[in-house]
Amino acid sequence: MKHRKPTLDRRVVVAEILKQRGDALIMPGLGAPTWDCAAAGDNPLTFYSWGGMGGAAMMGLGLALAQPRRRVLVITGDGELLMGLGSLATIGVQQPRNLAVIVIDNEHYGETGMQPTHTRYGVDLPAMARAAGFRSAGTVYTSSQLKTWIPRFYRKPGPMFCSIKVTTEDAPLVLPARDGTAIKNRFREALLGISEAYK
Amino acid sequence: MKAEKQTVAWPLGIYQALKQAGVKQVAYVPDAGHSQLIKACHADREIKAVCLTTEEEGVAMLAGAWLGGERGVLLMQSSGAGNCINMLGMIAECRFPLLMILTMRGHWGEFNPWQVPMSQATVPVLNAIGVVVQPVDRAAEIAETVSAAARLAFSTGRAVAVLISQRVIGAKQFK
Repeated sequence: MKHRKPTLDRRVVVAEILKQRGDALIMPGLGAPTWDCAAAGDNPLTFYSWGGMGGAAMMGLGLALAQPRRRVLVITGDGELLMGLGSLATIGVQQPRNLAVIVIDNEHYGETGMQPTHTRYGVDLPAMARAAGFRSAGTVYTSSQLKTWIPRFYRKPGPMFCSIKVTTEDAPLVLPARDGTAIKNRFREALLGISEAYK
Repeated sequence: MKAEKQTVAWPLGIYQALKQAGVKQVAYVPDAGHSQLIKACHADREIKAVCLTTEEEGVAMLAGAWLGGERGVLLMQSSGAGNCINMLGMIAECRFPLLMILTMRGHWGEFNPWQVPMSQATVPVLNAIGVVVQPVDRAAEIAETVSAAARLAFSTGRAVAVLISQRVIGAKQFK
């Protein structure tokens, strides 16, 4: 299988996506996607994740089912998604119309020494998502493809899946808050209001 | 008689306790002991019943549900507890409430030896990752135990697992 070298910069990609977030709820996977979301600007409706590898898509599903009128964007890494592949099937069966799963795919385990992931060798995550019943799925290599996909994340009926191929270029660390209870409570306060959040 | 064909009263008692607790999302990996309850949840239009491929999916899903303002429950058999451990670390660290109901395999009258190791490890591993474990071995006490566990989980922000004894469910019959 011939490899196509990614050229997009992950920080630029995530910043472009989040520029249009409106009142969407953002669920980043642990590691670099969490730093990318923090770098794009702090927001209480981003649930920064520092653990629970393999769970981001399913956290997105639970949130999407609880908040059917809000858009939910899972923004995670290829390694994180590969750890929870079964969740593609679970989401495919549930068909949440308000959920987009976006993989910032650098084809490597970036936090552990840049070992290649399966996507580097051609494992096609969008094809898996499509086979699992996602309504739409695709791969993005260029900024013009990205421009076409961004409005879909917020408006097109889901579940949708997009793998965005990015370079392994190191981005400066931008670390958000890491107290899980505080991140959780801040998210619920912003979404549900203080009285509901602590009932 | 096979366990999955039995009709008993306590699963409906759990269902009513979950309704009273305001549970809206039910995530499960099937178990024969939970089959009546799973059926009742699928028949309820106010409940989103979600079948999983592995139990840890449910741990993550119910964390997401809580962020979105909904309460949930995770149903599994005891062999699934081991599949959840790292994800339960997130529950502990973020103080997410999590209600789990486990039907035990591998102890009372078990025939399948491969069920025994995880069964014996269920309580120690759940304790080790910070889950409050509440075993129940009488059918008449299951519903009230679930109610109490729900109150503990949702009011204090903790993971609570109700373990239903194989003595109540009956060991799986291999015939």
